[in-house]
Amino acid sequence: MTRGRPAEDLRDTALAEVELTHGLARTWQTPSGFWGALATVDHKIIGRRYIATAFVFLALGGVLALLMRWQLARPESRILSPDLYNQVFTIHGTNMMFLFAVPVMEAMAVYLVPLMVGTRNIAVPRLNAFSYWMYLVGGVLLWVAFVLDMGPDVGWFAYVPLAGPQYGAGKRADIWAQMITFTEISALAVAVEIVVTVLKQRAPGMSLDRIPLFVWSMLVTSFIIILAMPAVMVASTSLILDRLVGTHFFNPAEGGDVLLWQHLFWFFGHPEVYIIFLPAVGMISSILPTFTRRPIFGYLPLVLALVGTGILAFGLWVHHMFTTGLPRVGESFFTASSMAIAVPSGIQIFCWLATIWYGRPVLKTPMLFILAFLFTFVIGGLTGVMVASVPLDTQVHDTYFVVAHFHYVLVGGAVFPLLGGVYYWFPKITGRMMSERIGRWVVGLLLAGFNLTFFPMHILGLQGMTRRIYTYQADMGWGGMNLFVSLSSLVLATGFLLFFIDAFRSARHGAPAGDNPWGAATLEWATSSPPPPYNFVRIPVVESASPLWDSPDALPVATGLRMDRRELLVSTVADAVPEARESSPGNSIWPLWAAAATTILLIASIFTPWAVVWGAIPVTIALIGWFWPKGTPEDES
Amino acid sequence: MKHRVVIDLAELPPQGVGSASLTWWGTLAFMLIEGTGFALMIGVYLYLGSLAPEWPLGAPPPALGPGTAVTLVLLASLIPNWLLSRWAEAEDLRRVRIGLLIMAAFGVAPMVLRVLEFRALGISWDSNAYGSAVWMLLGLHTTHIITDLAETFVLCAMMFSRHARNARRFGDVQDGVLYWYFVVLTWLPIYACLYGIPRL
Amino acid sequence: MKPGRAARLCFLLLCLCCAGCTGWQSAMDPQGPAARRLDQLFWLFTGTAALIWLLVMLVLALALLRRRMPPEAVAEHRSTVAVGGAVAATVLIITGLTFASYLATRQDSAGHADALVIRVRGFQWWWEVTYPDAAPDHSFLTANEIHIPVGRPVRIELAAADVIHSFWVPNLAGKQDMIPGRDNALTFTVQQPGIYRGQCAEFCGLQHAHMALLVVAEPPEAFERWRAAQLAEAQAPRTPEAAEGQRLLEIKACGACHTVRGTAAAGTLGPDLTHLASRQYLAAGMLPVTRGALAAWIADPQTIKPGNNMPMVSLSADELQALSAYLVDLK
Repeated sequence: MTRGRPAEDLRDTALAEVELTHGLARTWQTPSGFWGALATVDHKIIGRRYIATAFVFLALGGVLALLMRWQLARPESRILSPDLYNQVFTIHGTNMMFLFAVPVMEAMAVYLVPLMVGTRNIAVPRLNAFSYWMYLVGGVLLWVAFVLDMGPDVGWFAYVPLAGPQYGAGKRADIWAQMITFTEISALAVAVEIVVTVLKQRAPGMSLDRIPLFVWSMLVTSFIIILAMPAVMVASTSLILDRLVGTHFFNPAEGGDVLLWQHLFWFFGHPEVYIIFLPAVGMISSILPTFTRRPIFGYLPLVLALVGTGILAFGLWVHHMFTTGLPRVGESFFTASSMAIAVPSGIQIFCWLATIWYGRPVLKTPMLFILAFLFTFVIGGLTGVMVASVPLDTQVHDTYFVVAHFHYVLVGGAVFPLLGGVYYWFPKITGRMMSERIGRWVVGLLLAGFNLTFFPMHILGLQGMTRRIYTYQADMGWGGMNLFVSLSSLVLATGFLLFFIDAFRSARHGAPAGDNPWGAATLEWATSSPPPPYNFVRIPVVESASPLWDSPDALPVATGLRMDRRELLVSTVADAVPEARESSPGNSIWPLWAAAATTILLIASIFTPWAVVWGAIPVTIALIGWFWPKGTPEDES
Repeated sequence: MKHRVVIDLAELPPQGVGSASLTWWGTLAFMLIEGTGFALMIGVYLYLGSLAPEWPLGAPPPALGPGTAVTLVLLASLIPNWLLSRWAEAEDLRRVRIGLLIMAAFGVAPMVLRVLEFRALGISWDSNAYGSAVWMLLGLHTTHIITDLAETFVLCAMMFSRHARNARRFGDVQDGVLYWYFVVLTWLPIYACLYGIPRL
Repeated sequence: MKPGRAARLCFLLLCLCCAGCTGWQSAMDPQGPAARRLDQLFWLFTGTAALIWLLVMLVLALALLRRRMPPEAVAEHRSTVAVGGAVAATVLIITGLTFASYLATRQDSAGHADALVIRVRGFQWWWEVTYPDAAPDHSFLTANEIHIPVGRPVRIELAAADVIHSFWVPNLAGKQDMIPGRDNALTFTVQQPGIYRGQCAEFCGLQHAHMALLVVAEPPEAFERWRAAQLAEAQAPRTPEAAEGQRLLEIKACGACHTVRGTAAAGTLGPDLTHLASRQYLAAGMLPVTRGALAAWIADPQTIKPGNNMPMVSLSADELQALSAYLVDLK
């Protein structure tokens, strides 16, 4: 385009503010009404849906946890039958890992990453819509199966042969495996979107050393997802094939191997822990500067720690198999690598401590969650060093010690920062503040409730209480402590309940937040709360790692994007130099149809392998409909 | 917050090409996912082979003919694929149409040979773990050929329709070309695995 | 303050538990060199971990309380030194712990030529125990209760009949999985006579919770006496009622799954019952072996241990009486 710009070429360069925001809103809006809601590709709407759905699954999984604690409160109790208990603990684990922890972190990223890197929508936005539907169906599949008494009962790890064709009767294990397919498709799709968004859609000037640490953590996490999740897809597909068409991958009688399952599962399963943990530490690194009123100490070591953890994550899987009788040499290697992961974790903790030490801590709720995290996670990390040792692991493996350990890591290490993140970004998402007073109660109840519930489990494990048992005999002497644990879990549950109440109440009646209620430094706070459909009136330009602190008066911005069609900025990978204006796909109902067609294929294939053949036809039609040009402004060139 | 305009982006091209295109990166990410899947399946094959007393288990090594024919066809397809990419870059619609038809033919040919190749394996998927592993490897790769073939058909239809007069379509063709490279390149280690290892 | 209260409570709990650490299935009450080494290693790790945790909490508390702010450049420099030092310390500690852990593993894997070999095979949900011998008529089968002589190394060879199980007697040694298609083994020595309980540690289905076993460590002479008794055929019935019980065992479904050597019952799907009454427990640790418990178990195994593979065999009250009278005499 040359200087003599025609009048109808609507760019944001010369327009008045009001005209500009109107035009952008018209172009980027989601039409109201039911179909509009189904067809939207706005990352904020989808992100909100994702977050809300994930928290619904958290609540449901929490109810299952309480059921288990009710059953275990007394020896030989008969509240849950062994069959029901096995479904309950399987679904609790599966739900928390696949339907809550991973999706909620990705959901936060779907909402926040485009805002934090200063772009107008996530990359491949229709895939984003598709991924949400797949996730929702996967979750509903698991829970409907549970309600119909067809819930998986083979553990969230579904070890063969128990989950195999010979011992896993009925369709329970198939439902588990297909639920995996749904959630992995959705997780992989989001990972691709995040990678492309972070690499190619950053605001001008946001070079690699100015990327907010949460965004860095999501980039590393997305790569871990891309490299780890195919393993569980291969595993669950092989399992379904073994069960449905008689292959022998895991059948030792015909040359298969039982441990192959464990290798594949944990090659995914251990990185899974970091898929959950890294976004959480990214949140801490992004929240901490706001509440210590200074830039984070050790940006580079923190990034390197994230990347290092991501790489090491793939060298640890065997530490879940220390008792399977693998060769000693191999085990020693995995002990060393498992312990080495303490180094990047240590780097992060020390950098945060230094940031607090030389900062001016403001003890608002998000900061309190960070303190609760440090208190709890350090314990989990240290017990992690213990289970990394082969000889110690032979005693504590598959006992309540390990149950305690990973809840310290996952709840203390990931859920606490996540809830801190919710308190922190809630005003951005809803435009309203959550209650500071209730927030303090939530932190207190969760911290006390969590530690009182899970710390005694270490001791129970050492006293010989194994995992996944639906009851225990009175003469084992575990009754007192189990009762204590069960009562403490009520404190923990109260904390969560209060959190949900606060979130519901604040969404309607919270104090209005304003653009930047915490005085934070990153780009998501440079726009209104909640952000408009187009995120930023003009694309921000980044000149430092703390843009809002370093340009407090006027935000440097770029102009020149069209407003009559969805257009965003593509920039270079390393230095974020603008490369092209690229149109971003508009709303479409086709991702929903594609998800529906895929659902038919996947669920029918639980019952007949031919579903893969005839089910491919509607999937193909839906995909053609998805990609066929519709003559929208975005399709012009 | 007040704005201070520091850059004008109006002069940028309205669409990214090659590594400036978002779909190019998306395709790359999906290739990474699928490549990991292939690597894992080869890993499964090798792992089961390392445990077995003999390999292949209870079957002769697969006959070389059909598999080698598939390999040759796939390798030959690289040339029209490369040409197609150049024509798409030059936005030469006539040649792109011809190239897409050729690539459709190069997609159909290995599918026909693939049927023979499954027979030449000399074992069924439900005979033993070796059979399961080779069928799964071959099946996984076949689904990739099918996917790409379907994509080629759709691109063909598009390029023969009114939607062809759009620079964006040529970008789509180039993404298709990129993906076909991936399908061919991943086949080579699988070919080496399926036919080489049983003969070691 | 909440963290403080939680910490105090946790500490109290820790004290409580250490006071009561005399469980018969507890890793904290080691009864042999293997378990003792693990225990020492455990306390080494725990001590180090507790120290590190306290240190981190101390630094955190100070960081929150301090007020003085040096200039940014000084702060940056001091932070770099402090973080660098802390990371270096982490590396050192981690290396030390890895080495300690490696040493313990190495000592564990030392060979034992004169070990007593016992084969244990995991079933859903019980343990088949074989004492092999070069002479076939000197090897015998039992279930859910392992007798071993004190002072002599014991090598347990582990296998699985159906799904994965895991052999774990925490007072004696760490656990080892029993995996279909693979062979594992575990070697340990017990020095004190005593009865130690173990339990399946790998989730194995409905009754994973009720898959216990006992290890009875006794002086060598007592062990040899036990062994000789186990080699003998089943005790012949001494009362007419017991004789009727044996007849029922042979003609009803029992013999399809169970063996009682010296009778027509020769099934191999369930536990060998030849010396059932010499064992302390029935159904892998569920019930004591008494006549009443036996009758209750036979009358309704699915209520006592839901999902287990023993079907309910319909018997009249008199038949139940006779059968339990016979079984309780199988010393």
